[in-house]
Amino acid sequence: MAAIVTAEGLHKSFARRGSTSPPVLDGLDLELEEGAVLALLGPNGAGKTTTVRILSTLLRPDAGRATVAGFDVVRDARRVREIISLTGQQVAVDGKQTGAENLTMMGHLAHLPRRVVRDRVAELLTAFDLADAASRRVDTYSGGMRRRLDLAAGLLTRPRIMFLDEPTTGLDPRSRQALWDVVRAVVDEGTSVFLTTQYLEEADRLAQRVALVDGGRVAAEGTPAQLKRQVGEAGVELTFVSPADAGRVAPVLTAATVTAATVDGARVRVPTDGSVAHVRSVLSVVEATGVVPEHWEVRAPTLDDVFLALTGHVGQDRPARSAEVAA
Amino acid sequence: MTYLLRDVSTMTVRGLRLVSRDVDAIITAVLLPVIILLMFVLVFGGAVDIGTDYINYVTPGVILLAAGFGAANTALAVERDMSSGMVERLRSMPVTAWTVLSGHVAASLVKNLVTTAVVFGVSILMGFRPEATPLEWLAAVGMILLFVGWITWLAALVGVLVRSPDAAGGFSFFVMFLPYVSSAFVPVDTLPSWLRGFAEHQPVTPVIETVRSLLAGDVATVADPGGVAALAIIWCLGLGLLFAVSAGLAFRARR
Repeated sequence: MAAIVTAEGLHKSFARRGSTSPPVLDGLDLELEEGAVLALLGPNGAGKTTTVRILSTLLRPDAGRATVAGFDVVRDARRVREIISLTGQQVAVDGKQTGAENLTMMGHLAHLPRRVVRDRVAELLTAFDLADAASRRVDTYSGGMRRRLDLAAGLLTRPRIMFLDEPTTGLDPRSRQALWDVVRAVVDEGTSVFLTTQYLEEADRLAQRVALVDGGRVAAEGTPAQLKRQVGEAGVELTFVSPADAGRVAPVLTAATVTAATVDGARVRVPTDGSVAHVRSVLSVVEATGVVPEHWEVRAPTLDDVFLALTGHVGQDRPARSAEVAA
Repeated sequence: MTYLLRDVSTMTVRGLRLVSRDVDAIITAVLLPVIILLMFVLVFGGAVDIGTDYINYVTPGVILLAAGFGAANTALAVERDMSSGMVERLRSMPVTAWTVLSGHVAASLVKNLVTTAVVFGVSILMGFRPEATPLEWLAAVGMILLFVGWITWLAALVGVLVRSPDAAGGFSFFVMFLPYVSSAFVPVDTLPSWLRGFAEHQPVTPVIETVRSLLAGDVATVADPGGVAALAIIWCLGLGLLFAVSAGLAFRARR
């Protein structure tokens, strides 16, 4: 499959001359395959929004090159705008217009024939479960409904590439789930999706490929499974009442199994292939020690673990860079 | 080009919807001007002696003052679009995104047309007796719209430049101040001389004098090529062009 979005060596800085603040993008490379979903995953200030703004022609990179469907995002910005849609972090619909009016307006601005606008608006309102609310003002919508309407506004033209900048930030779990369903349906129709998110789960659920961004560059890239494999296999994790208990059990486990048990405070972790037989043998060894764990689970590595392993810090905890907030 | 017109009309329809569904905007566009008219005529009118019925004198001034209030609404609406993501979305589409500004300005013109009609209506009920022919009426309304035009483009510029709704709202102080220091409510020669200089050389005074002359059926004053009407038109077109271009440039520059 061919790449539909490419970025090579993107640099962008919002620092004023003489300021020492680091650039927002510092040589970012990435690729999105046609028909796929790429998630740009990273903490606030990592450069996700700036990347989306450059790829969607809103911002020029200081250096580097980006193309969308073969068109350069700076030189052929107009061509790019004809085939993309951008749904930004903020919901861009008018509270004082109804759902149908908002969509119709966007359809006209996209220069679709009136008839097409009418049919497409009705179609999308139904698909996004907003048909009943179509003639109500958006002021009266819930957050999830607004987000869905916002997404629908981006789909009137059947874009080839859809940019979604943190689409589920601030949504409750049910609305988030509904939005994921919508994104999957869009992908099924052939649209490629470029998604940014702070939520590891979201990237895991939606994207075929995940790029971890940190400090303005891609720290790691691959399928969610590949990234997790870089961190290691699944493990049986046992949490004890005290580190002393954990210290007593760990050597016994190491002696009884081939691989070493690791201790982290009151927690002991033993790598496992996840089979019933292996997990049972681990638990038998623990039972034989007579020390009772408070809690245990078989845990596959999460993207959180990946993040920690590859960047040295956990996703959400990084302070935002003032430059990106201001931008 | 055809798309440009279509985009502007789409955004105008939107602007009118936003205005007509905004209680604040309706109050400032309709109720407030009427209250101000009543206040000037009933409260101050008895104390002001200018040799003619004060209502004949003050009605055009109230309409221009209302244009100032309405402009503050436009600045707010533009600021909201800039900060809400609406402009961001339009910029990622193949539309000339500043049509969003033209839409607000066009909506403001229509809104002020309604204000003008309401104020004239109430004023006539209260005893205002214009002597204008239909053509002179048309010219008077045209003059008012030219004035509304430049003040709205200024409002659009303010809306693009400011970074908060409060700042956009504060703009109304400035535009409200202009009609007070003009011949809108009192003859300029009653002002202290240092203020008179300002009042005589700011755009509101020639616009007011032109509208007043047209409504009084005094075509001679208006037709004079070196007179107030020519001055008023030059002021309005000049400022309108200046602020429209500035607003467009500021819009492009703000990322």
